[in-house]
Amino acid sequence: MSAPSVTMPEADIRWSLPARGPAGMYCLIAAEAAIFTIFVVAYIFYIGKSVSGPQPHDVLRVPVFLTICLLSSSLTIHFAVKLLSKGRVISFALWWLLTVTLGAVFLAGTVREWRHLIHDEGLTIQTNLFGTTYYSLVGLHAFHVTVGLLALVTVLIFTLLGNVRREHTQRAEVLSMYWHFVDVVWVVVFIVVYVVGR
Amino acid sequence: MNGQRKVTNARVVRSLDTLARLVLPFCGSVVGGFAAPAVPWLSPTNIFAPVSTPAQSIFDLSRFVLMVTASIFVVVFGLLAYAVVKFRKKRVSDGREPAQVYGSTQVELAWTVIPILIVVVLFLAAARVIASIQNASPPRNAVEVTVIGHQFWWEYRYPSLNVVTANELHIPVSDTEHPAPTFLTLLSADTDHSFWVPRLAGKTDLIPNHPNSMWVDPHEIGLYLGQCAQYCGTQHAKMLLRVYVDSREDFDRWIQEQSRPARVSAAASEGQTIFERTACINCHTVAGTVANGRFGPDLTHLMSRDTIASGAAPNTPENLRRWIQDPGTIKPGSKMPAMGLSGPDLMAVTSYLETLH
Amino acid sequence: MSTQSIAWAKTEVSRRPLVEKLHEWVTTVDHKRLGILYILYALLFLAFGGVEATIIRIQLIRPHNSFVSPQVFNRMFTMHGTTMIFFVAMPILFGFANYLIPLMIGARDMAFPRLNAFSFWMTAFGGFLLYFSFVGGDGLYGAGNAPDVGWFAYAPLTSQTFSRGHSTDFWILSLLVSGFGSIGTAINIIATILCMRCKGMTLGKMPLLAWLNLVMAGLVVLAVSPLTAAQLMLLVDRYLGGHFFDTQAGGSAVIWMHFFWIFGHPEVYVLVIPAFAFASEIIPVFSRKAIFGYPVMVAATICIGFIGMSVWAHHMFTVGMSSAANTFFVLSTMAIAVPTGIKIFNWLATMWGGQIDFKTPMLFCAAFLFQFLVAGLTGVMMSAAPFDWQLGNSYFVVAHFHYVILGGIFFTLFAAFYYWFPKMSGRMYNETLGKLHFWLFLIGFHLTFDFMHIPGILGMPRRIYTYEPGRGWDIWNLIVTVGVFFQAAGVLVFIGNLLWSYWRGKVAGSDPWDAWTLEWSTPSPPPTYNFATIPEVKSRRPLWDLKHPEDPDWQYE
Repeated sequence: MSAPSVTMPEADIRWSLPARGPAGMYCLIAAEAAIFTIFVVAYIFYIGKSVSGPQPHDVLRVPVFLTICLLSSSLTIHFAVKLLSKGRVISFALWWLLTVTLGAVFLAGTVREWRHLIHDEGLTIQTNLFGTTYYSLVGLHAFHVTVGLLALVTVLIFTLLGNVRREHTQRAEVLSMYWHFVDVVWVVVFIVVYVVGR
Repeated sequence: MNGQRKVTNARVVRSLDTLARLVLPFCGSVVGGFAAPAVPWLSPTNIFAPVSTPAQSIFDLSRFVLMVTASIFVVVFGLLAYAVVKFRKKRVSDGREPAQVYGSTQVELAWTVIPILIVVVLFLAAARVIASIQNASPPRNAVEVTVIGHQFWWEYRYPSLNVVTANELHIPVSDTEHPAPTFLTLLSADTDHSFWVPRLAGKTDLIPNHPNSMWVDPHEIGLYLGQCAQYCGTQHAKMLLRVYVDSREDFDRWIQEQSRPARVSAAASEGQTIFERTACINCHTVAGTVANGRFGPDLTHLMSRDTIASGAAPNTPENLRRWIQDPGTIKPGSKMPAMGLSGPDLMAVTSYLETLH
Repeated sequence: MSTQSIAWAKTEVSRRPLVEKLHEWVTTVDHKRLGILYILYALLFLAFGGVEATIIRIQLIRPHNSFVSPQVFNRMFTMHGTTMIFFVAMPILFGFANYLIPLMIGARDMAFPRLNAFSFWMTAFGGFLLYFSFVGGDGLYGAGNAPDVGWFAYAPLTSQTFSRGHSTDFWILSLLVSGFGSIGTAINIIATILCMRCKGMTLGKMPLLAWLNLVMAGLVVLAVSPLTAAQLMLLVDRYLGGHFFDTQAGGSAVIWMHFFWIFGHPEVYVLVIPAFAFASEIIPVFSRKAIFGYPVMVAATICIGFIGMSVWAHHMFTVGMSSAANTFFVLSTMAIAVPTGIKIFNWLATMWGGQIDFKTPMLFCAAFLFQFLVAGLTGVMMSAAPFDWQLGNSYFVVAHFHYVILGGIFFTLFAAFYYWFPKMSGRMYNETLGKLHFWLFLIGFHLTFDFMHIPGILGMPRRIYTYEPGRGWDIWNLIVTVGVFFQAAGVLVFIGNLLWSYWRGKVAGSDPWDAWTLEWSTPSPPPTYNFATIPEVKSRRPLWDLKHPEDPDWQYE
């Protein structure tokens, strides 16, 4: 048998496949969504089942401002990526910085809320089922925000060093997909914890 | 020559292959299982030797399921065996590839629709039995027992009959004319357990904070064995079950005796004093005395039982003494610590316990 | 032959120092090397898991045996299960997937080579962490070393109350770590298959192995995460005073079971679907026919993937769910038998009318078909919930799942080893030793696992370190234990064959089996870059088209 070459020199088939980066990020998002689903299910299952201690409607304050901050950051990151695709690196950096700031405000606000709950209301992760499920779910989300912020800051630093150019748009976009996911999770957490669970 | 040997080898290989697959798998267990009802001595815990309605319903369903699966097995196995034999490479091959068949919609349809029908039939059969067992409600004369699983023993309470005992369950015999089922409420004091006496019913788990219930109505007097069927820790293996199905009279008599407080015996007063002075009373109850612990089994009528340590050893003076001295010699990992009793104290306490009929 | 000139020569001008070679292996991102690392790692842990199984079986050879203490026995079955699932079966299947997928789809490597390496080392570290527990698990004097809570670690047995010391923590952490590795590999597989196929290879033209690993990877992504979540919750309970599974505080032990089995059931499909992939590649080649019903095989696998996510509570039939819930899970579990059966029929139809050559790979695949049929049928038996109320948590279940994993998955794994060994090493294995391995292992497997069904029927629960005489279980346990030694002998012959053939086997060439998928167009072993020119394909069997230009596949597909 002749040398194993399988090239068929026939009609030039149009051949385009999805890009690796977005494909990988979608899979990561699916995996993370599965983790969050389990924590949300646990939260919902345990609503009303705490035998003692503070109940949600006693102590939770609806974080409207923080939510607006976080959801707006999805908009700002979207703008940032669009600007980068047009090659406007400085504008991209500004909107990217705004995204980081909004995310940081969200985290700071969460810290404040937790301080209030722990010191003033006496609700800790050990207190009761509500405490356990609340801190776990919101904490898991905050952890993902933190990781996202670290990644965003890293990109910001690279931008300031002049290493980010128009050809890196797809990478910025992949990162922004992660950020959008974090925001969507917050919408779910918000509804489950602050609307349904209260 | 070499080719010849290869052919003979191939033929031997084929027949060995088919033989191995015909004899060994499956048939052994099916035959063994089916032979069981006629020969219950095959095992006292044979699931195919039911004496109570839930176990019987399961057995009936299982016969149906086994029939269906055995038929599927015979057909598919037969086809596979045929293919393996008939379509093996001929020793004289002309080097041409056989006809390439890529698929066939009709065939695919056939072997999709037929399994779906089989699934529907099996599902309906199972659903019926699930409803009949799970949705049964207790009749007025049912004996009610609360079973509380512990690491590694069983606590039995008859709330309306004022009886608390451990490890050996007594229930009355039932028959179709005068049904006298026993309804069990299953709770747990620590971790997960499972109540499995195969000849009486399928197993049901005992899960803390998740009460379960089951029922049995055995129609034959006798002793039925089983054991915990959900891994619960070190001595899961020796959390044995003994269910005594008594005649109505024997059961009533047993209830009478069990609901009495402990017998007081002057001869054993020294032992009783040591028992009550030592930490024993923190874990054990002896009704009518200061001992009211609930961590360990109720000992009020200890000598009415055939075994100790939840079936781990026969209830003999020697075993009782060994157990009190160091439970680890009979059931290492049991939650009862060695009490550190010296020789005379040990003998005294043992003698005291031996008066608890 | 042309392959010789491109193949890596064993004779090199200068011998590189061992340190350099090792460094190359440790820092590699080449999918083929990572694949081999996964496989070798899994074989090492197979030895550990096998020793644990042997200890279990020796202890159970007769009633009231005292070969090991109950504490040691309980660690053995926990470690055996955990090792075999997470550090043998998953790595070895990921290893084969890593090695074969880029070659079969005409790519030079996986989509994310560095993620690939990271995933392997995470998995590897997880395994070593688990085994470190034997040494480091004594958090409290006498409170145990290796985990002893069973591989599914039911709550509340895993709480601090009932599991003191750190043994359970080793179980949690090692699986958390290797879980990240698994998810990483799964992401890689999906991205590779979707984004790196060679020209002309539409999804409908890629080998079934690629399709099945795609579905498997999708399941990993969706199913391993619930385990990660549950384990994080358990850590919160054990170390932060949480109450997720704390029944005293109103928590639920049952919810752990739900979370675990939402992982645990798709996990078994993660294991078996790649086994199906091997069968789907090997059976056609040795029957000299194309796979029968390619589109149906794909559809059936996708169905299995979907339905497989909805059957988990058939592991919980005895837990006390409502009759409605039990009935639902009976239906979904029985339903999954349909696409699974369809696959068996399609393999049968592939063999039908063929010219089957019973070389070692095909022997193992043929046995797989018979054995998987039996395994599936015992599964159908237990899917009838009331029957499961007797059979569940007994040795019948143990027999069933070993029938699937050993009789199904391991047999096709052995077939895959023999089939692709020539490609990976450039040498043919010894056919006589291969057949000896087959017969020894077949006899051992059937001795152990056929007869293991019987104690289950006779009322023997699982996870007991000893049993009472007079229950009728003695003789069956004896036979079961005897089978272990035949299996061990078979595995030793297998390892010996691989080692001997690696150095002394006949040179294999690029296509010793006259097969039809792209990996057989490369030299054996393939160079780092896989293909000198990225191929272009027109059908599912590009090499068939080349070998049969008068009758190519693309005219019929």
